[in-house]
Order: sequence, then C-alpha cells, then structure tokens
Amino acid sequence: MKARIHVTLKDGVLDPQGRAIHHALEGLGFGGVEDVRAGRLIELTLADSTSDEDIDAMCRKLLANMVIENYRVEKVA
Amino acid sequence: MKSAVITFPGSNCDRDLAVAIERVTGHAPIRLWHGEQSLPEGLDLIGVPGGFSYGDYLRSGAMAARSPVIGAVVEAAERGVAVLGICNGFQILTEAGLLPGALMRNAGIRFVCRTVGLTVENAESRFTSLYQAGETIRIPVAHHDGNYFADEATLDRIEGEGQVAFRYAEPVNGSARDIAGVLNAKGNVLGMMPHPERVVEAQHGNTDGARLFEGLARGVLERA
Repeated sequence: MKARIHVTLKDGVLDPQGRAIHHALEGLGFGGVEDVRAGRLIELTLADSTSDEDIDAMCRKLLANMVIENYRVEKVA
Repeated sequence: MKSAVITFPGSNCDRDLAVAIERVTGHAPIRLWHGEQSLPEGLDLIGVPGGFSYGDYLRSGAMAARSPVIGAVVEAAERGVAVLGICNGFQILTEAGLLPGALMRNAGIRFVCRTVGLTVENAESRFTSLYQAGETIRIPVAHHDGNYFADEATLDRIEGEGQVAFRYAEPVNGSARDIAGVLNAKGNVLGMMPHPERVVEAQHGNTDGARLFEGLARGVLERA
C-alpha cells in the first residue's frame, strides 16, 4: 500500500518560497497566476496492515510541523 | 559550571560553542554525540549548537529533534537545567516542542550572514542577567530559516509572559514581531538565531556574546 502525504502551509502563514515561484512565473510571462503556495509531497510505501491511526501519528510526530503546516493523507492502492 | 554541548550529524558550530563556554567560564563542556540516551549527572547547561543537522532534510532541525539524546534534554529541561539552542539549535528546540513557534524560510528567501543589532527585551532571565533591558547589542546571524512564526495568540502570550528575550533592531528575516530569541515559560530554555558564541573575544571584533555565558556561570555560582 502506498500513502501520499501532502504537507501544506496553513492559511495565514506567509510562504516566501511560493512568492518567489510566483514572481518567477510572472517573469516568464505567465499572466493570471493569482497566488502560489509551495508544499511537500511524501510518498510512503507501507505494509497493508498499517492502520490509519499510525499514518496519522507519523504525520503529526514528524512529517508535518503542526505549528505551521497541515497534512492530507491520500491512500493509493 | 558543568555544561555539555551536543553534536549532531551536520552540526558545525559545536566546537565554537564549546570554546566560547570554556573561554568565558573557565570550564570546558563535555562533548556529547546525539546518539546518547542519557546525559551526564549534574549538568547546569546543555548547549544545542548551530549547523545543518541532517542537511536540513524535511525541515531545519526536524530530524535532530527526534534524536535519542533529545528525550534526555527534554527531561533535563523539565527538571530546570538550562538549555541554550543557537541557530540550528533554536530550530531543533522548537521542533522538539521545548519552545513555542517555528522557524521558516527567511522572508527575503536569501541566506542572511552578517552582524545585526539586537534589542535585549528580557534582562531578567538566567541567560540575559548581565545585559540591560532595552540595550542594543551586536551579534552575528548566519541562517536561511530564521523567520520566526507563531500564531497571534501565542505571540501575545509569550510577549505578555516576558518570553521574548531578544528582538532584531533592524529588518533581518521577516520574523513575527522581529523576534530573535525566545524563552520557554519557565525561563530555563532559550533559543536564538544569532550566534553569541562568535563574539566573545576582542579578536572577534566585539564581545557582546560573552555576557550571556558569563551570566549563566554567575547564576550557577549564586544558586550553589
């Protein structure tokens, strides 16, 4: 089983990297980009017996910093 | 003063910190590897140095904060042992939950490496007792992820409780309320992005960092 963990900055947390990417896109001539937020994708290959609670605990204890980040677990067959 | 300095894979200010503590206080710290499960008995100070532990993988300080030794550091902090985290050490202490908030990429994206002015906000702590409240000191910074963040309620709380030890006196990295150094609620854990260990001898250009270590050592003698 694979689980994709999408880690994103919480709303209201400034994202200097997203802003720099935004500027770079504009510099390349792409108009219409209203906002950019950069995040992180972590793909876990897990034993099928791994519980949702364990995946959640992995996210909270290490993969995301709950002070500044949210996470979303996407299970892939 | 009995102290220890922890080295993580990728630490690079551990020696500087150990030398600064020895020069200022006259006592050489014990050097510890991050894999230790326990700490020596009777420590007065634990130094968590700057550097790029684990190559800043995942988030700065995230991996080091899960090192075996950190469990012992958290326990020692609960018992009241002084813990000082500098730069990457500050990042490690926030990741370990010993200090509030988080340190994010500098607002200007760039690595900042220069000497900056700091205002001493709290001169009552055991780290800052030899400074004057409101005094401006000059300490070098060298970091990419020093942009202090905490939610507004947390910021209001730590300001109200006197947990802001140092504030930048000039724009540096976009930190919330210009916060450069934070104490825990009990006042025995300090994290700061600037490097006091780099300015302790006349040959360093200034000695504004020396009073931090001197104050710690004096506090230990007074409490003895």
